[in-house]
Amino acid sequence: MKKPQLLAILVLAALLAAGVAAGLWHADSHARQFRELPSARPSSTFPLGTDDLGRDRLARLLYATRLSLLLAPAAALIATLLAALAGGTAGYFGGWWDNCIVRAIDLMLSLPWLFLLLAARALLPLNAPPVASLVMTYGLLAVLGWAGPARVIRAGTRHLRESDFALQASAEGCSELRIFSRHLIPNLKPVLLAQLWTTIPVFILAEANLGLLGLSASEPFPTWGNLLRELQNPFSIRPVTLAPLAVVMISVACFKLATPPQEQHS
Amino acid sequence: MKRSFVLVATLGLALSSAPAGRAATELRFCLRAEPKTFDPLLVDDGNSETIRYLTGGVLIRVNRKTQQLTPELAASWDVERQGRRITFHLRPKLKFSDGTPFSAEDVAFTMKRLMDPETHSPTADTFRSSDVPPQITVSSPLTVSILFGAPVAGLERLFDQVAITSARSPLKTAAVLGPYSVEAYKPGVEVLLVRNPNYWKMDAQGVRLPYIDRIRLEIQQNRDIELVRFRRGELDLINSVDADTYDDLARVMPGSAVDAGASLEAEMMWFNQVPTAPLPAYKLAWFQSAAFRRAVSEAINRADICRIVYRGHAQPAEGPISPANQFWFNASLKPHPYDVASSRRRLENEGFRVRNGLLYDGDGHLVEFSLATNAGNHNRERIASMLQQDLQAVGIRLNVVTLDFPSLIERITQTFNYEACLLALTNLDLDPNAQMNVWLSSASNHQWNPNQKQPATEWEAQIDKLMRAQASASRAEDRKRHFDRVQQIVWEQAPFLYLVTKNSLTAISPDIQNRSPVVLTPQAFWNVEVLRKPPTSAGSR
Repeated sequence: MKKPQLLAILVLAALLAAGVAAGLWHADSHARQFRELPSARPSSTFPLGTDDLGRDRLARLLYATRLSLLLAPAAALIATLLAALAGGTAGYFGGWWDNCIVRAIDLMLSLPWLFLLLAARALLPLNAPPVASLVMTYGLLAVLGWAGPARVIRAGTRHLRESDFALQASAEGCSELRIFSRHLIPNLKPVLLAQLWTTIPVFILAEANLGLLGLSASEPFPTWGNLLRELQNPFSIRPVTLAPLAVVMISVACFKLATPPQEQHS
Repeated sequence: MKRSFVLVATLGLALSSAPAGRAATELRFCLRAEPKTFDPLLVDDGNSETIRYLTGGVLIRVNRKTQQLTPELAASWDVERQGRRITFHLRPKLKFSDGTPFSAEDVAFTMKRLMDPETHSPTADTFRSSDVPPQITVSSPLTVSILFGAPVAGLERLFDQVAITSARSPLKTAAVLGPYSVEAYKPGVEVLLVRNPNYWKMDAQGVRLPYIDRIRLEIQQNRDIELVRFRRGELDLINSVDADTYDDLARVMPGSAVDAGASLEAEMMWFNQVPTAPLPAYKLAWFQSAAFRRAVSEAINRADICRIVYRGHAQPAEGPISPANQFWFNASLKPHPYDVASSRRRLENEGFRVRNGLLYDGDGHLVEFSLATNAGNHNRERIASMLQQDLQAVGIRLNVVTLDFPSLIERITQTFNYEACLLALTNLDLDPNAQMNVWLSSASNHQWNPNQKQPATEWEAQIDKLMRAQASASRAEDRKRHFDRVQQIVWEQAPFLYLVTKNSLTAISPDIQNRSPVVLTPQAFWNVEVLRKPPTSAGSR
């Protein structure tokens, strides 16, 4: 592992550890409203001050960090598995199934995903607890975000299917299952990993977009998107209100840096 | 109507609109979208209404400051036959902006066109008290009577919305009697108004009004850009700003932010009481219980919402009528008190019990419901967060849901698949007749349980009766008595939980003289004819 990659992973681990530790320290500190102290300046009690409802900005930022760093990778994993299933089988079997999957991918990529998310979200039950609404938001991202990775995985699978070692294995009488499990899957692993790592920041930014529109996790849960809404009024921006933006940028950059190269073995 | 036009005939007037020897002055502000029409009888949106207010001459004007009726084109009027007939006595020697003389024939022409079903005028609906078309009689060049088929409550006030158009001018609706006329319209860019040289009003010194020569209405949807341009001095006013913007402006541009006091807009929440709604029966039973609704209301700290969300530019709401509505407000009502102990008592009396900090009903169901509101409204989302914490104090678990506006409207008007909703109510009209579509149990905007065939409860039947009684009464005092009782019933039964009444906040350049923003629309420029602006300040480009 190269040094920048290692450094990126360490930073992400540190951010996640801080988020988890803050949650253990005081479970509801992100939600509690100190109504006598709205929009308070940074102090020893509130190192990043309080938001306009008197909630501890640092507690909310750490809580949001924990949620995003746990749920975005989980959603990306689901999306990558769906993509592997669709893209892998399409690339391996080809024919009419490949045609169907390619059309489905084209269709998904041509849809305006933001409006699709809005429409899907409007259909969800209203009386869901805040945790459920957050899980549903990321679940929607996972279900709707498989098409891009699927296209890459399909191309990788086709390449491997037609590679010399696969042809040789086939010529030597290996079964389809053996070729798939012993030769293709191990060689596809770098592609899958790369897709997983590149999908995570995409989902982080997608949640931030939804949060900016007020359509991410419901109150009182903070997410990075919800926190970034403080920046919508350009006249009320202060250095402390930039903290969520800085954390999002650092995290996305770290995920990009940590993405393993897509080397393929033949 | 053509999307783009230039009124050539008025151009010459525009060029000469500034008196000789002084530079032309120009007032600038923004429209939030394209005006849909320039025909004053077809106005159905706020931007067209702005143009109508600035250009249209009316027989009677509601003074936006005193809320009293003032004679305009009509020097006086008589209402007879219990509100069925009104006779106007017009001012003599008035002219339209193009020089066409004004007479009673123009009033008759305007009213006939307004009431013609083919015109499809939204304004006409307020006059339709019966199926019989009104009889309009011109008895002299300065006297005209209109006889309606049935009494029209608050008849005189309705003429504030009727801009008189000329029966004879070749410019048709472009010939106006108001302080300004439309000179040019560039779709997506601006509407330019110029001073009407034939406007009939003079100031105390005999100077013809208005003082400002031109008004440039820039079409700008982006409120941030509007604010930046105001701060740069490129705009003279913003008719309505939110509390955050108000405080920012008060800090960086002292004297430019004006708080005119309580407006007509209240934030409120209500519970879904529709019997056929897809809700569990036990939840419907909570929502249909007045005691439960009052208990929720008393658990809400309205003062905190005013202080934190609106930074003090709001006040706890009493009921459907804001104190800004001077005549119709029921002054005996006070906001529901913030009293957690009383709230708990009400709930206990209804069989609710608290266990481990959570509230359960008599059958052991956890009291939990969702509150839906529209996404993107920051203040409303903050209110919802505060309600969440307030209701937690009595053990109620509130789930806040933000939805895009079309989805929310579909749920509260079509599918009724929601539990509680948080939205605002704005009364554009001071008269309670405009609220018939809310209070009648058969009405579609009777939001908690709309379109009822028969009133579901005794108190809704009583409201129906009182609203009909006030609509048919001819004496204002009788109408007020009936509507005061409606407000009292609404306060007791709490079908809507009124939370806060927002203040009317305006930004207007300190350079503008005679400014006096009010709570009624159009807040900042209601007295446009007497506004003055020094020609040197950011006026021309």
